[in-house]
Amino acid sequence: MIALIKRDLAIATRSGGAAMLGVLFFLAVVAVIPFGMGPDLNLLARIGPAILWIGALLASLLGLDRLFQADREDGSLDMLVMQDWLSLVLTLFVKSLAHWFATGLPLVLAAPLLGLLMNMSATSTGAVMLTLLVGTPAISFIGAVGAAVAVVLPRGGLLVSILILPLAIPILIFGVSAAYAAVTDPDPFWPPFMILSAIALFFAALGPVAAAAALKGASD
Amino acid sequence: MSDTTISQGWFTSLANPTRFLALSGRVLPYLATAAVLSLLVGLYMSFAAPEDYQQGITVRIMFIHVPAAWLAMMCYSVMAIASIGTLVWRHPLADVAAKTALPIGAAFTFLSLLTGSLWGRPMWGTWWVWDARLTSVFVLFLMYLGLMALHKAMDDPARAARPAAVLTLVGFINIPIIKFSVEWWNTLHQPASVIRLDGPTIHPTMLYPLLVMALAYTLIFFTLHLMAMRNEILRRRVQTMRRQAAQAIGGGR
Repeated sequence: MIALIKRDLAIATRSGGAAMLGVLFFLAVVAVIPFGMGPDLNLLARIGPAILWIGALLASLLGLDRLFQADREDGSLDMLVMQDWLSLVLTLFVKSLAHWFATGLPLVLAAPLLGLLMNMSATSTGAVMLTLLVGTPAISFIGAVGAAVAVVLPRGGLLVSILILPLAIPILIFGVSAAYAAVTDPDPFWPPFMILSAIALFFAALGPVAAAAALKGASD
Repeated sequence: MSDTTISQGWFTSLANPTRFLALSGRVLPYLATAAVLSLLVGLYMSFAAPEDYQQGITVRIMFIHVPAAWLAMMCYSVMAIASIGTLVWRHPLADVAAKTALPIGAAFTFLSLLTGSLWGRPMWGTWWVWDARLTSVFVLFLMYLGLMALHKAMDDPARAARPAAVLTLVGFINIPIIKFSVEWWNTLHQPASVIRLDGPTIHPTMLYPLLVMALAYTLIFFTLHLMAMRNEILRRRVQTMRRQAAQAIGGGR
């Protein structure tokens, strides 16, 4: 399993550089906002957490179609699917985790820099980082389902985003509300953060199983 | 499609598309008649119902809006059950049922969003608010469209069936969220007033037209769904025949 993580990480960082692309897209989305909104620093500070979250969500959706595509192209996906049920689920869990290490974690690490650009306070940036740290794995796990469904399609990339976006909305809602609750005083930070963590755990349990069912179904 | 000699249950025998076509062909006229009649009665009762002392005549939108929203959720539940049928029993008609329910469900969802918006304008003073109930129904609409796009993207219906079924089941989490969104969060949308544990809080003069309309909508849904299923079965047969004909031409040389 560790070997699989290492292999997937190596592929993600070396060939094509999917991890870097995601961060660059994140950077581009956030950098475009001031052009559209105007460079009002107070306004940017207020909408900053939401912008960072939306940017991170779009960036993680963008990389999802690569989750199984590379394996399908070189044929190793068929080998993975041929395993028995339990080890396939475990494999997919590990693959989603590796995908998060390659694409989700860089987004979390890039968040402080972008927070600086958006004129956000240190608390606000920290809250966004913390919620992203919990929220982006959830996107990776539920995204594995979409990637598995669309893997047989020639141009599944956009379709994955369309299919997964409705399911990712709760993550966005509670992520942003927790990030805002950290800076606005009367709102408590913990309840939305706990719900976000619960969603992340739930998707971590549900995603690999559903993705395994979809892959098994698509292959035969 | 040859008859097997193994004894089958009634439900299993429905799995034979030919038998399904024969049975649904016999049921369909009655179902359609019942749907039209109950819709006429329901519409008459809706117009005969008294006006609300606060909302005036706009309360009549309820008789179209509420059943549409119920049906939007019921249609997704039907799809989820059909998806279980696809995944567990590999019932050949389950996939047809799930696929053909999609556009109907999307239409009902759109109808409920549209009438809700028209109702919201005079009552709340706005076409749209991002409250929990409206947002979750909007998400349901997006899921219908996404699943339709998935079916469109796959050229072989047999291969689309299982992935689409998995996705339908994953998306089913949204249904309880829609149902209970008005109770979990404080929203502009009013809480449930018909289906609740301590009985309906709505006055009988309005409840009965609403229930008749709900019955009419349900009958319309099943009529349309059966018709769409028959079309889909015939469409797949035509496709198979064409493929066989093309193969015969190709292999005949």
